[in-house]
Amino acid sequence: MLIKGNIALSDNGFVFNPSSGDSFTMNHTGKEVIMLIKEGKTINEIIELMLEKYDVDKMTLERYLLDFMNDLSSNSLLEE
Amino acid sequence: MSKQLFERPTITKLTPGVPSKHGAGTVIAPMPLIDGVKVDDLIEQYGSPVYVFSERTIRKAMEDIKRAFSLRYQKVQMAWSYKTNYLDSICRIFHKEGSWAEVVSGFEYDKAIRNGVKGENILFNGPAKSALELEKAARNGSFIHIDHFDELFMLSDICMSKNIEARVAIRVNMDIGIYPKWDRFGLNYENGEAWDAINRIMNNPKLKLMGLHTHIGTYIMSVDAYRIAASKLAELACSIAQKFDHYISYIDMGGGFASKNTLRGAYLSGEDTTPSFEEYAEAITSAIINSQIKPDKLPTLILETGRALIDNAGSIAGSVLANKRLSDGRRATIVDVGVNLLFTAFWYDHKIHPVSNHSGLVEETTIYGPLCMNIDVLRPSLMFPSLKRGDRFVITRTGAYNNTQWLQFITTRPNVVLIDQNRKVHLIRRAETLEDVAANEFIPEYLG
Ligand SMILES: Cc1ncc(COP(=O)(O)O)c(C=O)c1O
Repeated sequence: MLIKGNIALSDNGFVFNPSSGDSFTMNHTGKEVIMLIKEGKTINEIIELMLEKYDVDKMTLERYLLDFMNDLSSNSLLEE
Repeated sequence: MSKQLFERPTITKLTPGVPSKHGAGTVIAPMPLIDGVKVDDLIEQYGSPVYVFSERTIRKAMEDIKRAFSLRYQKVQMAWSYKTNYLDSICRIFHKEGSWAEVVSGFEYDKAIRNGVKGENILFNGPAKSALELEKAARNGSFIHIDHFDELFMLSDICMSKNIEARVAIRVNMDIGIYPKWDRFGLNYENGEAWDAINRIMNNPKLKLMGLHTHIGTYIMSVDAYRIAASKLAELACSIAQKFDHYISYIDMGGGFASKNTLRGAYLSGEDTTPSFEEYAEAITSAIINSQIKPDKLPTLILETGRALIDNAGSIAGSVLANKRLSDGRRATIVDVGVNLLFTAFWYDHKIHPVSNHSGLVEETTIYGPLCMNIDVLRPSLMFPSLKRGDRFVITRTGAYNNTQWLQFITTRPNVVLIDQNRKVHLIRRAETLEDVAANEFIPEYLG
């Protein structure tokens, strides 16, 4: 799983996709997940990291992460 | 180290230059408190969902409307519209503020009596009063607002046969330049029906014509409609004075003032478009004062305002049950408040606030209730922050009609609490149980 190479990510949570011209905003957890993906973490590593940091159970977290991944791919932000 | 609060990760596409249909910059403020009381505490103690009323807000609204009208007119009398909210504690707050009772059924009539309202301070409206109810109201000296000729004849017969008198008014409907015309209630002004009824009453020794009544509709945004209605009633009052040398003691303008809720699909928020009490008051009182009625004969002005006095004071606090993606990609959030508890979701785009802080980021969301029914939609589309299962929210301005038109449907109805003026919380209607609901049922022996 990879974020497309040419996607620009700003510190305050804005994402720009130069190939489509679309820009996006994220909340802080959304931004965190994208950063972790960019660092090359796997989904399982991301889950581990976030479980440690946040008050959330594994099932809920997995569910929302999956949702979020779907959003990323439906907005063409992930490498096929 | 304690862990941080988790917020569902979201990503939202920006469409520069083109504000969405929800307008630019939707800001949804968190609402941790209702009238100074923590929503989390309310839910922990009384469950989710829970109806919450603020006595301060009720009293403030009464103060505002009384000030707006009595600054402009000497004799003003409020009458609480029972159908808008007849929880006994709510009615009693209005009665303590000086309101009479406005009722539209025998059930509501008896409720008002139980709440300590004197018979002579009850206005009895509605098209369906029974003979027994009419007799009781006449004996108690209540004001009977006659809706149609059959009722006029029935009341006349009762008074003759029992040898009693009745204090009456007629409900008048008229063309006030707005649509829809409410001509199904009362007697028509333009076609002479109202004048005909007045003549019959004036010629009947058992019936005492005390006033004229109209109720031009509900959520009426046009103050001009009230101006026209008030001047037509004032004209009728003048004709009565001229022909019979009789001065009616009141003009009752009914209810219908808009609350600050936003109608479903309206482009502008009710907060910006709803006329103030001052504007309604100016239209109504100037129409009466500027009429041909002599200054020393000006009648009492009665108002049966419902919605505009109680909508603001009621909220529902609830919890998120689930989230899902709809096939078109929209987010859907399922909550534990359904249209069975929030009937007004059919009319209003109710505001919904998360209880806790959120990142400020919102996305288009549909909010569904928990009923297994297609109609159970609280908001078809709104910009809403991402809440996860268990997160709490407050739906505001739910005080009018929801605790009378609610349905015992699929599930039981939850607790209702009142926050008093000292911020003390009182349970004013306990949650229903299966036993409550089953109590009126009988099972024939062969099914036992
Ligand atoms: C006769 C009468 N009076 C008063 C009211 C209260 O109206 P509102 O809640 O619009 O002020 C109603 C509501 O339908 C009514 O029928």
